[in-house]
Parts: sequence; structure tokens; C-alpha cells
Amino acid sequence: MPEKQPSKPLHESVTLRNDPDEIRDAENKLLGAVERMGYSSASAFAVRLALEEAVVNGFKHGNRNRPGSTVKLDWSVDADRIRILVEDQGAGFEPDQVPDPREPENLERPSGRGIMLMRAYMTRVEYSKSGNRVEMIYERPSSD
Amino acid sequence: MTNQDSRLRVRKSDDVIQVEFVDRNILDEANIQQIGEEITQLIDSAAQPKLLISFSHVDHLSSAALGTLITIHNRIREKGGQLRLAEIDPQIYEVFVITKLNKLFEIHDDVERAMKSFA
Repeated sequence: MPEKQPSKPLHESVTLRNDPDEIRDAENKLLGAVERMGYSSASAFAVRLALEEAVVNGFKHGNRNRPGSTVKLDWSVDADRIRILVEDQGAGFEPDQVPDPREPENLERPSGRGIMLMRAYMTRVEYSKSGNRVEMIYERPSSD
Repeated sequence: MTNQDSRLRVRKSDDVIQVEFVDRNILDEANIQQIGEEITQLIDSAAQPKLLISFSHVDHLSSAALGTLITIHNRIREKGGQLRLAEIDPQIYEVFVITKLNKLFEIHDDVERAMKSFA
């Protein structure tokens, strides 16, 4: 018998260390909530991709892989939307200054695609003024 | 050519090096780095490498994995070699389309067609 869809939003807030197993466990908890709330595999794919990029950016570009640094992950999942907040301990950046990796002159550059993928797969992606916190919203598509 | 710690399954068919990924998810930075190093060794072992990468077992990949593929592409081109990608899941192929990397890489539906495409 399939598990009944939760009637209340699912939520978790966790502080992550730069440990692959710890990050994977946190991602799997969010993806489990996405599944329990009845989202499609395409939605889960989108959420996983955007989450992965946001967390990696937080550790790599935000915290600059500083030993002992952490990234805060806060998420909630309800029947209509998924909200993901990722905050690093870095000095922040100007997301609009990141070159478009799809431009011909950037196509062969190995980096710079994370933010673009987050924006492509999420309904909304907003950075804080300080540039070290990103909020991503995914609204359930009508096809789900 | 595959050992216990490798992230790749490798075999040679004629003069083409065929590579498959061991992992379903190519996300962890350490794994991606290892994959890049292993494939670079394969490229460096041939004068004009012909490399076919199959994604048949891959469910997820990150932009870091795309970056490694671009580095591989650039290195093969420097050596006058050829690179083909094949058997990419439709959800992952969409990532290539969104990033326009489907224009950079030569991508085939299956290994057979990819093999026939080598000059």
C-alpha cells in the first residue's frame, strides 16, 4: 500500500560540514521528502541538481574549501512547492557578474555552469544582498 | 584494465577506447577528479586517441562533471584525437541542451552508431 502523502509541510534545517557522506545524507532526506509529497521523478531530478550545485558552490566558491567551514541548509516541502535555502560563510559575490557559459566564447570553459543550471531547473533563484545565501523555489508543475 | 578502485570500466575495440562509469551518480568532487585523472591517463596513452564515453548507467551528474568532460574534450582535440558520447539518459541529455554542450560534444544514441562515426 503506497504511503499516504503528508498533510503538513515537511521541513529540516541542518548545518553541513564539507563531508561527502554528510552532504549526501542531507540531500537524500530532502529527496525523500520530495518523493513522499508525491512529486515526479523529473521534479526530483531538478531538485537534486539545483541542490547539489548550490551546496558545492557554497563550500567551493563561498567558503573557498576552508577547513572546518560549514554550509547551512534549510528546506521545506509542501504539496505545491519546495523551498531550499543554502547559506555559506563566505564574503558573497555578484551573481550577475558570472559570465553566461552558453556564449560561444565561454562554451569550452570547464567551470561556471552551476548557477545557470540552478536557474534553469528551479522556478525562482534569489541571492541575498550579501551574496552568501541563495533561496530556491520550485513550484509543482501541472504535469506532476 | 578495470581494477577494484577504478571509477571506470574500460575496454578497447579496434583502436577505440570505450569507457563506462561505475557510478550511477557523478556528483562527488573527489570521484569526478579521479574520473578526470583516469581518462587523462587513457588519452595520454594514445598518439591520436579515439575515446567513446558511454553514460548508460548514469542517473545524475553535476556541472563539475560537465567541466571534466570539457577538459577531456580539449585535451583530445589538442592531440588530434576524437571524442564521442553515447547512451545519455533523456533527463541528462536535457542538461547538455540547457548548457548548449550538445553543440560542443558529438553525441550518439547508442554505442554502435558512435563506433561507426569514428573516422
